[in-house]
Amino acid sequence: MDVSKERRAARDHAVPAEQLAYARWLDWGTRIALAALIVTFIVYAAELVGPHVPFERLAQLWSLPVDQYRAAAAAPAGWGWLALARHGDYLNYVGIVLLGLVTIVCYARALPAFLRRGERALALVVAVEILILAAAATGIVGAPH
Amino acid sequence: MPRFGIPRGRERPSCENICDLTRIALLLLALAWTAPAAAADAAAAPWWIWPAALFAVSFAIGVVGVLAGVGGGVLFVPIVGGFFPFHLDFVRAAGLLLALSGALSAAPGLLRNGLASMRLAMPLALVGSVTSIAGAMIGLALPTNVVQTALGVTILAIVALMWSAKKSETPEVRAPDALSAALRLNGVFHDPASGRDIDWRVHRTPAGLVAFAGIGVLAGLFGLGAGWANVPVLNLLMGAPLKLSVGTSGFLLSVVDTTAAWVYINRGAVLPVLVAPSIVGVMLGAKIGARLLRVVHASTVRRVVIGLLALAGARALLKGLEIWT
Repeated sequence: MDVSKERRAARDHAVPAEQLAYARWLDWGTRIALAALIVTFIVYAAELVGPHVPFERLAQLWSLPVDQYRAAAAAPAGWGWLALARHGDYLNYVGIVLLGLVTIVCYARALPAFLRRGERALALVVAVEILILAAAATGIVGAPH
Repeated sequence: MPRFGIPRGRERPSCENICDLTRIALLLLALAWTAPAAAADAAAAPWWIWPAALFAVSFAIGVVGVLAGVGGGVLFVPIVGGFFPFHLDFVRAAGLLLALSGALSAAPGLLRNGLASMRLAMPLALVGSVTSIAGAMIGLALPTNVVQTALGVTILAIVALMWSAKKSETPEVRAPDALSAALRLNGVFHDPASGRDIDWRVHRTPAGLVAFAGIGVLAGLFGLGAGWANVPVLNLLMGAPLKLSVGTSGFLLSVVDTTAAWVYINRGAVLPVLVAPSIVGVMLGAKIGARLLRVVHASTVRRVVIGLLALAGARALLKGLEIWT
């Protein structure tokens, strides 16, 4: 949707400008992430790039709890997958991780609009959400140590 | 009563539609039913059988999910967790990513058309995000049979909720509470069906925040997505108009599920061989479901889905209790 159409939509439906900007960024971010997910999965499934855990071995391990699976498959936790991205299975993480990053980027895009309008309470909510999402994404909370 | 945009002559379910639906439900059941037997001999089966079966089941879930108005995650986790050989840790992670993909894809349109309110969602999403991290961490720490049993109980509770749920098109909110006034949780919602602009505001915001804290825990713990809970809280508890509640729920899911999904990603609980076929299957199925929506009687599908959920919930409960392994 181009900017003039967005302005018209904002006028017709009383949609705040920051909501429209968020929608635009989310739309493109999601498209890119899903495209990356599908393309890298094709690369992985067709074995154009060999996997870190071969499919036959994976089928023997996928019934294990995640911690046991990681130990048995020498699979990484946190952002350790980046070091294995040359393998098809971890290359597929690119699309998955992009899906997880889209919301953080969109929130960062929305924050200045609330600050400009002097909406301190909502700006604080947005800023704290960005911190929480970043803490989860970086593994500061929730990742195994 | 004719639904908006549906030709009068097509609003009744034809025999063909019901037969098609029954076939979809039977396919889903047959795939799910035969999976445990095959799982017993999983080592002998070629590995690709499982992603292929997962794609087929996800496709069917996508079709019936749209028709019944429920997200893919709530069907995916109990069905795949109950009938496929994958460990529940991986299934919950895939369920979250599935719900997240659907929410991220739907949210731009909802936000643009004013059918979702960012302003209303953001404080609730913040609470849900924090507790979804806790839920995911609890789920990954608890023994599998405990999570499986709790999942079964939760799914059966969702069945009861879906069966008895009430809705209010435009609830009356006499006065906003202090918190919603401070955060200016109000606006104008344009209803495209009636062509009216509806001024909305919410009340009982503290109670809503508490409810979303619980919803976040469940979303992270079970990887279900949580549209089934978001809408009643927004609509019946906080007093948001029904359509705005449905749209805002979609946006909320995109934030809460993102936070929980990161816990699973960082734990290494994401298996691409589960995630990609499931997401693609559900999305393709949802497209077919959206087309069928014009000709199929939604209440019939809803009954079929409630029946499937009850079966999947019972299976999860019995598997968790080690009665039906």
